Amino acid sequence: MKAAEAIVKCLINENVDTVFGYPGGHILEVYEALRKSKIRHVLVRQEQAAAHAASGYARVSGKVGVCITTSGPGATNLITGIATAYMDSIPLVAITGQVNSTKIGRDMFQEADITGATESFTKHSYLVKNENDLPRIIKEAFYIASTGRPGPVLIDIPSDIQAAEIEKLVIPETVNIRGYKPTIKGHVGQIKRAVKAISESKRPLIIAGGGVLLSHAEGELLSFVEKTGIPLVHTLMGKGSLPSNNRHYIGMIGNHGFSEANRAVAKADLLIIIGTRVADRAWGGISDQTNEDVRIIHIDVDPAEIGKNVGTHIPLVGDARTILTQMLDRVDRVDTEEWLNELKSFKKDDIKRENTCSVNPKYAIETISRKLDDDAVIVADVGQNQIWAARHFEDKIGRRFLTSGGLGTMGYGLPAAVGAKIAAPDRQVVAVVGDGGFQMSLYELGTISYNDLNIIIVLFNNSRLGMVRELQDRFYGKCNAVDLDRNPDFIKLCDAYRIKGLRITNDSELEDAFEKAIQHKGPFLLECVVDPDERTIL
Amino acid sequence: MSRHVLSVLVENQSGVLSRVSGLFSRRGYNIDSLSVGETEDPKVSRMTIVVRGDDYILEQIKKQLNKLIDVIKIVELDPQQSVFRELAMIKVNTTMETRASIIEIVSIFRANIVDVSSETLTVEMTGDESKIEAFINLMNNYGIVEVVRTGLTAIERGSRHIKIQTRSEEE
Repeated sequence: MKAAEAIVKCLINENVDTVFGYPGGHILEVYEALRKSKIRHVLVRQEQAAAHAASGYARVSGKVGVCITTSGPGATNLITGIATAYMDSIPLVAITGQVNSTKIGRDMFQEADITGATESFTKHSYLVKNENDLPRIIKEAFYIASTGRPGPVLIDIPSDIQAAEIEKLVIPETVNIRGYKPTIKGHVGQIKRAVKAISESKRPLIIAGGGVLLSHAEGELLSFVEKTGIPLVHTLMGKGSLPSNNRHYIGMIGNHGFSEANRAVAKADLLIIIGTRVADRAWGGISDQTNEDVRIIHIDVDPAEIGKNVGTHIPLVGDARTILTQMLDRVDRVDTEEWLNELKSFKKDDIKRENTCSVNPKYAIETISRKLDDDAVIVADVGQNQIWAARHFEDKIGRRFLTSGGLGTMGYGLPAAVGAKIAAPDRQVVAVVGDGGFQMSLYELGTISYNDLNIIIVLFNNSRLGMVRELQDRFYGKCNAVDLDRNPDFIKLCDAYRIKGLRITNDSELEDAFEKAIQHKGPFLLECVVDPDERTIL
Repeated sequence: MSRHVLSVLVENQSGVLSRVSGLFSRRGYNIDSLSVGETEDPKVSRMTIVVRGDDYILEQIKKQLNKLIDVIKIVELDPQQSVFRELAMIKVNTTMETRASIIEIVSIFRANIVDVSSETLTVEMTGDESKIEAFINLMNNYGIVEVVRTGLTAIERGSRHIKIQTRSEEE
């Protein structure tokens, strides 16, 4: 059979039923093989969207997301999407076409050194030189992408290799990469030390990150919290790890987190950090305030993250879900009543409820959060809209919050929502975007319209690059290059894409408008006109 | 900031050198020298990397290197327990008067003369860094035309060696 057919058979063997992509000259063989298969191919409108869609798909389905593009510009357009997935540790396999293997390096038409270009943002990459390596490479790629700390893997396949004949397809049963053996179970000695530290603490605190969600450890975390009584804060990527109405839930930490959560970190005597690298956005502003005597337990599947940003006393390398299960048997309740009460007393409400001639985005998110199903998926873009969504969307068991936290890629929202909806067609999917980020990927309205995806797009239109404006205001008092006053009429734009749109300018219109959006069969854009001076933090 | 010598076993694949050097440049680690070659197993190459940094940087370097799929094993070599060697070829200016004394110095250092011309002499020497530095310093008096050095490579003393073990995931 042709190698391209073997590629498709290997994908099916990896349980792939959906791919996102954009064809071109040097990937034709693979697309012909795809045509003959049962794999669903979702045509996007620009390759970056294919990577974001695969990422959204991966995060909602729990499977590895797959995107396929051609060589040259098709591959280079994937770079931002791959880097976004890398920074948030999302399992992704990107397959790119490449020029004829005998002609590589001669600056052929649509040739690009994509393996070199993505070296810093891929967990691993392959340039296929022999068609007989394909089954092993594909098996390895999926294994690397989905195990340990997940991440994107790129497979670059020259066009002649795609067309080559393979005698017999032999897919290896197992993967054996001697340089890659991720640790799953936690070291028992370290676990004992951690349990002891917990029993000796008076003001323990859990910091949960994206790793809890990647490990599917929400259930184990809930049991752990309920058994020990330890309060919990989370990073942006860790949103959703614990339901927000749980009595131990304090809030989101970080530059744009809640002050009560940041204070909790500062006052704790034991920090149990799970599945987060506590990067600058989460830790900024806390590090110089932490209690001198604080002890830190850091649980992460990636040993390189332990000790990188935060000094650790008890490192625990392994899978979050496995380690939490190991600890559950040994750990006991800690007396945290006083500590919890102290933490709850810090809480303040920060939503202005006066009537204005624009929509209050915080109140809008609260309304949306209330009206959506318990298993809804909300996808946020980047900027003020992201922070409003993160701070005010309520987390429940079964809910999912997606955003580009690590790289902060504007334009992530819409294509990721496409991937999320395709992964979960029966769940409500809402994309929250700003007018800046929306215009970075609004071409995906085409994909949404073509596939009739029932996505609700909440567009916070303040005619500004909101977050930059807020920062410029704070640091310089004046703004520059953030003016989007002559935005197009987004409702007319949606109409051109055959998508229903509705504009509201007042809080009082929210309930009805959102009800319409939920009931509408098909995609719906709800444009909320927001005051340009609206800030993320009161 | 201290100097550390890392012996790194990697898969003998194209692109590995680029990945390792890319990792160092991207994260701002300082490499003093890097030498690489095949081992007793043709599928495995060995890189000897001399890095400069404090304990935190060294730990991060080792951990980040370990993350690379092509990196199989990393061992830090203790200078007391290892043999460090470097190869250097030094082309020195010679005159009728100076040639004899240069040749005397070469024999003191147990180095080899690998090329002669009417104006120059090329010396090949292997040794640890201090020996090579000492020789170069002496040759400076005569005028050095060119120096080519390989960078450090090293091996542990005694019967110890770096083994590749297959570690099971349950460990």
